[in-house]
Amino acid sequence: MPRGILLAPLWTWLLLLVAAPLLILVVMALATPADGVPPFMLGWRFAAFAMLVEDFYYADALVAALRLAATTAGLCLLIAYPMALGMAGVRPAWRLPMLALLMLPFWTGFLLRIGAWIGLLRDEGLINHLLRGLGITDAPLALLYTEGAMLVGMVHAYLPFAVLPIFTALIRLDPALLEAAADLGARPARVFFSVTLPLTLPAAAAGFLLVFIPAAGEFVIPELLGPPEAQVIGRVLWQEFFQNRDWPLAAALALALLALLILPIRWFQRLGAGA
Amino acid sequence: MKPGGVVRAVMLAGFLFLWLPILLLVGFAFSADRIPFQWGGFSLRWFGVLAANERLLEAVWLSLRIAAASATLAVLAGGGIAFALARFGPFRGRALFGALIGAPLVLPEVVIGLSLLLLFVALEGVIGWPAGRGAFTILLAHASFGAAYVAVVVQARLAEAERSLEEAAMDLGATPLVAFWTITLPLIAPALLAGWLLAFTLSLDDVVVASFVSGPAGTTLPIALFSMLRLGVTPEVNALGALVVLVVGSMLALALWLFGRGRA
Amino acid sequence: MLIATALEKRFGAVRALAGLDLAIKPGEFFALLGASGSGKSTLLRVLAGFDAPDAGTLRLDGQDLRPVPPWARPINMMFQSYALFPHMNVADNIAYGLKRAGVPVEERRNRIAAALELVGLQGLEARKPQQLSGGQKQRVALARSLVMRPRLLLLDEPMAALDAGLRERTGLELRALQRKTGAAFIMVTHDQQEALALADRIAVLEGGRVAQIGPPQEVYARPATRFVARFLGAANVLEGRMRNGVFESAEAGADIAMGLPTDTVAIALRAEQIRLASADEAPSVTGILEDAAFRGDDWLMVVRLPGGASLRVLHNAPPPAPGSAVSLTWEAGAVVPLFA
Repeated sequence: MPRGILLAPLWTWLLLLVAAPLLILVVMALATPADGVPPFMLGWRFAAFAMLVEDFYYADALVAALRLAATTAGLCLLIAYPMALGMAGVRPAWRLPMLALLMLPFWTGFLLRIGAWIGLLRDEGLINHLLRGLGITDAPLALLYTEGAMLVGMVHAYLPFAVLPIFTALIRLDPALLEAAADLGARPARVFFSVTLPLTLPAAAAGFLLVFIPAAGEFVIPELLGPPEAQVIGRVLWQEFFQNRDWPLAAALALALLALLILPIRWFQRLGAGA
Repeated sequence: MKPGGVVRAVMLAGFLFLWLPILLLVGFAFSADRIPFQWGGFSLRWFGVLAANERLLEAVWLSLRIAAASATLAVLAGGGIAFALARFGPFRGRALFGALIGAPLVLPEVVIGLSLLLLFVALEGVIGWPAGRGAFTILLAHASFGAAYVAVVVQARLAEAERSLEEAAMDLGATPLVAFWTITLPLIAPALLAGWLLAFTLSLDDVVVASFVSGPAGTTLPIALFSMLRLGVTPEVNALGALVVLVVGSMLALALWLFGRGRA
Repeated sequence: MLIATALEKRFGAVRALAGLDLAIKPGEFFALLGASGSGKSTLLRVLAGFDAPDAGTLRLDGQDLRPVPPWARPINMMFQSYALFPHMNVADNIAYGLKRAGVPVEERRNRIAAALELVGLQGLEARKPQQLSGGQKQRVALARSLVMRPRLLLLDEPMAALDAGLRERTGLELRALQRKTGAAFIMVTHDQQEALALADRIAVLEGGRVAQIGPPQEVYARPATRFVARFLGAANVLEGRMRNGVFESAEAGADIAMGLPTDTVAIALRAEQIRLASADEAPSVTGILEDAAFRGDDWLMVVRLPGGASLRVLHNAPPPAPGSAVSLTWEAGAVVPLFA
């Protein structure tokens, strides 16, 4: 079988487009920023890494990102689990439409959804308009460009991804297990806590990580909905690259972010392998 | 097990939370008011304004072309990789192979964007290709992470499909190539299509990676939209949203209907 | 026709085939019998060409089969799961091999019709596999292989997925088909009744090699090893040794038999050949009846012997009460000496 013939282009693809870029990140982190195009000179310079360690601004950015990611993932999980339970409880014929209902927001593109939130939360937006119209407030509430707006946007964007793995695990659950527990004397709440919950815990963990990992590097939502002070790592990296044109520092930041995410990523892959 | 009332309520609230902003976005596209998300009477004028926005339309057209091309490339690469992983048994470097295809799924977008840009800069410096950055580099970048998603979908389908079907084909006289073409491919076709649609959507939606690897002429829809949103929101955005929801919604409804018929 | 010698196949630490020898005659119905893990499925896959043996030879009519890939071998296989192509209907499934062989359309159509008639599925050409019952799927799988007119057909547990009632009837139909087509069949099964009923010759596999090979009656009546004795018909096996022309068995607690070869290490005795001794017969052995189970056409008694061993005895009348002493006897010729 000519496996080699098929494997060669596939290896080329993977090595070129996935492996090489990551290695080049390291090379760039060691380079020196310069004027000109492109704005760097190859070298052996550790100043970028040193800056990460010495300047608390960057450490704070990493912490802020992790905190935002954890909060988002936690909130998503809180809403996603009951949602998945509800979805899993409908008649099997309705499952596919429910799934479509869950995923359609994703398919419409997340920039448009952020646009919707901007429209809702801004000073002249719908929510303020309603509040003033109902006489609840006089002056507009500063809803947009706050931590809260950022969090709402994050949860809105990532929620479907937390629901999916839990929903899948729930419908794969052998109903005989639940019936066996009931037969042995467990009431519905007990069945849930002693059978359903433990068996779907890995899926819940997967849902958490599926949100946490990409959210840690999030740039767009903090930029469009969050306050200027919300300097999460994604934003800082963007600014260093596009505004300060300090490519080595941006590369070092990317590597730092990756280093922090290695453990969650490994955990997520192991969960996937067990599934 | 029927879920209780509280669970149902949370589920409904969750769907409402997901859908209300979108429905409002679409609803207010038909408002005559210049201030977005305020009702000023029924009007279609913003669709007209949208149609007249040449730059935006160009961006839409560019995005559609890039999405289609990158999705196709992603299916070829991702499908091939999934097939190798599912059917080739052990081979040298298999663990690395599997890890590499999974990487784009878990890497943050800023990291993917930056690293790919650096790759393109390095390649240009060393071999002179790709020359400059624009639509082509965006295409490659999108295909690279699209392939990861396609691989997941196709691998899942291949794992389900009995391996003995391919062996039965070979037993009946088909060479591996013929067996693939006549048996495997038809069986994974739905997964390939689903993968294509997924990669298409991801490409159409991406702003971060595209921003990194793009050039002066490569303004995609998300990039244009992002610049607009930075300044606030205009009713044109509502109109665009309404159109997108209409198109995507009908495509999904069509897919559901086809799927339902295929089952019968 | 097909000769395999000293086949070896390892999967990691497991030695699936451990020096297996086999010779198949043209036109015979051959059964490969063994427990799971005995190597029978591996052997089929090696014969079909899906796994290459680590060592040993494989010749078909004198030609070395090992370098020949599965699609070029004049051997066809019926898979345990039937492996019907779900995206094709019955007719296209059966046509698949013919198309690969370049058979022209007219001849194809005729052969498909003939194959469907052979297995009794006329009229089902347009159905998809998902719309067929288990028995129908099996017949389509058979038709798909037989339409190729193979000289040798491999069947991997062909009736494992059928209900018990269907199995016997299908087995006889299978044998009738084999006679009609004249192809050699190699059927792999773990069901000994199937093997005994249908095969011209059976081979009992143990641990990757052939423990015994021969016509069913012979293998049943004269098992060669303890394993074969127990596997076929669950014979009683008693350990012991020959001393002064008498077979002494400690676990029986008595001298069981006479005149057996001196290197006998155990004896086999079938449950249906032991009977309760009548009052004026000298019993071969006595014991206590521990339990008795009604089986419909007979009773199965479990008798514990003085030395501790239990004997399974079939009796076609209601047995004495449990706990009673019973005297058992048998024909001298019923005792089978075992040397392994």
